[in-house]
Amino acid sequence: MATDVATQAAVPEVQAFNITLIIRRFLPEIDEEARWESFDVEVYSTDRILDALHRIKWDQDGSLSFRRSCAHGICGSDAMRINGRNRLACKTLIKDLDITQPIYVEAIKGLPLEKDLIVDMEPFFAAYREVKPFLIANSSPEPGKERRQSIEDRERFDDTTKCILCAACTTSCPVFWTDGQYFGPAAIVNAHRFIFDSRDDAGDVRLDILNDKEGVWRCRTTFNCTDACPRGIQVTQAIADVKQAVLRGRA
Amino acid sequence: MSAVTAPRSEKKPRPGGTLYRGYTGMWSWVLHRITGVAIFFFLLVHILDTALVRVSPEAYNAVIGTYKTPLMGLGEIGLVGAILFHALNGLRIILVDFWSKGVKYQRTMFWVVIGLWVVLMAGFLPRQIANIILEVNGQ
Repeated sequence: MATDVATQAAVPEVQAFNITLIIRRFLPEIDEEARWESFDVEVYSTDRILDALHRIKWDQDGSLSFRRSCAHGICGSDAMRINGRNRLACKTLIKDLDITQPIYVEAIKGLPLEKDLIVDMEPFFAAYREVKPFLIANSSPEPGKERRQSIEDRERFDDTTKCILCAACTTSCPVFWTDGQYFGPAAIVNAHRFIFDSRDDAGDVRLDILNDKEGVWRCRTTFNCTDACPRGIQVTQAIADVKQAVLRGRA
Repeated sequence: MSAVTAPRSEKKPRPGGTLYRGYTGMWSWVLHRITGVAIFFFLLVHILDTALVRVSPEAYNAVIGTYKTPLMGLGEIGLVGAILFHALNGLRIILVDFWSKGVKYQRTMFWVVIGLWVVLMAGFLPRQIANIILEVNGQ
């Protein structure tokens, strides 16, 4: 018993808070349009917004719907607008927010709202598919060998390999909100990943696709995408690289 | 386990979703749009009143004379402010697009734009406000 007390004393108690989450709800079976609903929930200072959403769904209202899979910032399922900015719910610590105010949580903007925090991602993935996000090579490597690449050549597109397709960047873009035809930052980032890859031979095809009215030239450099990216990709820089490549006519 | 209760906010949430908060990049773009549209309408009127000189110099003088009121003086402050911001931020956007380090320093450049704007307005305002006061007293 004595050791138990000693261990308990050594571990500092994690502080709990009562916070208010105001969530933009939309249940297509009931609601004509989206409405705001407030939830009080007790959380620990180590919790994330995703934990608070779980607590609401498990203990208060099972109808609350949101996407999440890995819960560790890799799968890209739980992008949402938290206090007016696109974030991953699983990477946003509650202690980093102002908990003296209610926390606003709503679906990402610019894609059709399906239910609560879930949007239809199909237009987003359609734009992604359009830039041919796969290796197109005209030559094959030597039998039994990999395609070789220098460290410098790998470095050129290193940043854009980190994309998890969470749509936080594309749905933070004011151009995308008003013009759903715009490819959007995520599609351009994933085109960048292959355009600047020395092993790929279809860079000119992708540059041609993005030299469209709805391509890179729709970018107005508001930097919302760079600020929203949970992987820290310099999205606006990637778009600028592609713009320069289109002007030069080559990667 | 001691729980701290957060005070409730009195504000009513927006039914259509909150305004995206963004950072300096987004707000400089919003300002650039607003000043751009405002300058467009000014230029429209400006072309029309300047074209009047081809109708007759007297008509031109009469119309330009109506601009010399305190209200138009305040409008001119807005016009100069809008043009200065649009011009300086336009240079920032050109640098973001064509200078290799432009993207990296975009936020610094935004504050440089604001700084230059304040300095230039500080040079313009005393003279303009003096003119407005003269117009008020003259009438």
